[in-house]
Amino acid sequence: MRDEHGIQAEGLARDFKGGIRAVDGIDLAVAPGEIYGFLGPNGAGKSTTVHMLTTLLPPTAGTARVAGFDVAREGAQVRAAIGAALQEAALDPLLSGREHLRLQTALHGMPKAQRRRRSEELLERVGLTQAADRKVKTYSGGMKRRLDLALALVHEPSILFLDEPTTGLDPQSRAALWDEVGRLRRDDGVTIFLTTQYLEEADALADRVGIIDHGRIVAEGTPGELKEEIGRASVHAVPSLVDQRERVADVLERFGELLPVVREEEVAVRLTDGVSLADVVRGLDADGVSVDEIELRAPTLDDVFLAKTGRSLEGAEEPSPEEPEPEEPIRAVVQR
Amino acid sequence: MSAAATQVGAVAQRSVRRTVRQPAAIVFPLVFPILLLLVNTGGLNASTELPGFPTDSFLAFALAVPFIQGALFATMNAGTDLARDIQTGFLNRLSLTPVRGSALLVGTLTGIVVMGVAQAIFYLVVGIVFGVEFAAGPAGVVVLLVFSAIVCLGFGALGSFLALRTGSGEAVQSFFPVFFVFLFISSMNTPRDLIAVDWFRFLASINPVSYLLECVRSLIIDGWDWKALGLGFGVAIVICVVSIALAAWALTKRMERT
Repeated sequence: MRDEHGIQAEGLARDFKGGIRAVDGIDLAVAPGEIYGFLGPNGAGKSTTVHMLTTLLPPTAGTARVAGFDVAREGAQVRAAIGAALQEAALDPLLSGREHLRLQTALHGMPKAQRRRRSEELLERVGLTQAADRKVKTYSGGMKRRLDLALALVHEPSILFLDEPTTGLDPQSRAALWDEVGRLRRDDGVTIFLTTQYLEEADALADRVGIIDHGRIVAEGTPGELKEEIGRASVHAVPSLVDQRERVADVLERFGELLPVVREEEVAVRLTDGVSLADVVRGLDADGVSVDEIELRAPTLDDVFLAKTGRSLEGAEEPSPEEPEPEEPIRAVVQR
Repeated sequence: MSAAATQVGAVAQRSVRRTVRQPAAIVFPLVFPILLLLVNTGGLNASTELPGFPTDSFLAFALAVPFIQGALFATMNAGTDLARDIQTGFLNRLSLTPVRGSALLVGTLTGIVVMGVAQAIFYLVVGIVFGVEFAAGPAGVVVLLVFSAIVCLGFGALGSFLALRTGSGEAVQSFFPVFFVFLFISSMNTPRDLIAVDWFRFLASINPVSYLLECVRSLIIDGWDWKALGLGFGVAIVICVVSIALAAWALTKRMERT
């Protein structure tokens, strides 16, 4: 089913017990048929945003419309239009893949023949026909994620929410899921809201990316636009001798601003306009400093994150109340 | 079949499947009460010689206990399974479908009742194999199974309520000893009028579990004791109504969507 409305949010916010604000007044606009990547570290507010947009959690402030319906007042209509594969595939380890699909189709009120047909179609689509009668506890992480996706597609939703769909998956399973997500948009016109903490995932899949940190969107645009905003490339060097790190840093600093690094022994610099890698090499040579590695890197989404937040996305995670406390159930007014 | 009936059927089917596929959920509710029955019968058989003891077979007297113990196990199983659904996010998945909370609760409890009745048939067969004569006859067997279903429904709803409020399987299981205390301070091993210690007799008399046991016991030993049946069914229905109301309220809270 093709989506004609997409997702819009204005000033969307969510507070939890203790006055902790997990999502802090975000504005979003996802066009129909678009893949929107919501990128951020753990605890940034991604899952809370997804829970609000999928009607599982009422916003504390702000408004959101999904598929043309208000998430706070037209929950049932929103749920009818969307599919969601939430963080950690929520499956019953004691049921088989086929039984999961039969249950899901029954809960969507499909007649028996349609339940059977739709289940088989989806098993085929996600490549689980052979494993359909095995209990889910015997499935690999990738198989669970594919089943999770199939369950989200049971009622042919026009908008799909995928909350960190590839976390913990091996590269092959990740690539298979990326293919399926691409196909859903391309062939079925499904609008996809995808949260991820993987830069390459957002870069590879998303038409546009929103970067969220501490509950706020700090940057938004196409991956190309965001990287262009950073513009300048960076040079990363590893000194031949550990005690020469300071000297390397002194030389590199002449060519731009030093950057935080992930590897302790590394030195990195964002190049000033007009400076080339050759200039840096000549500088090191002139000072008689040798390096084991030197690399010119084009800007990445991590550089964007770094520029906007002052931290690298890797290792940026911090504890935050992504979900309400167990004793505080998800609550809102039921309008069924 | 209406959409609601389809939903109830699907949830009930899942509930039964889950239980059947967990050997511990089958074996303990079947074996443990029977072992306790046999041990108690061996150790307390001399009680039948007390003046006024209603039967000369302690096995017949004590056979009522497994029915209630089995229902307690149903409470734990229902609660633990539901808590797991909350913890794993499975309930969120269900919340995103058009399923109504009432259909979810009815489906889950239907599954528990099915398993509870199957347990009751097993206890009954064991009793008959060991020589217990069922005084109320075949019609009494039907009444006993209906009663077991109501008790399982009530206790199952109570377990569901605990799971929905706490969201934790461990928390649900921590209530198990509390329920067992209720069982032990009842007329489980001695008729109430033969309990010599005043405070114990008082506690057993205000303990609803005593009336559940005496209802089953009356069908096995006495035949048709309308007073015991009335009290037993009355208590069971009150437990059912209260616990289903609590579970429904807790589910509404837990599944509250916009």
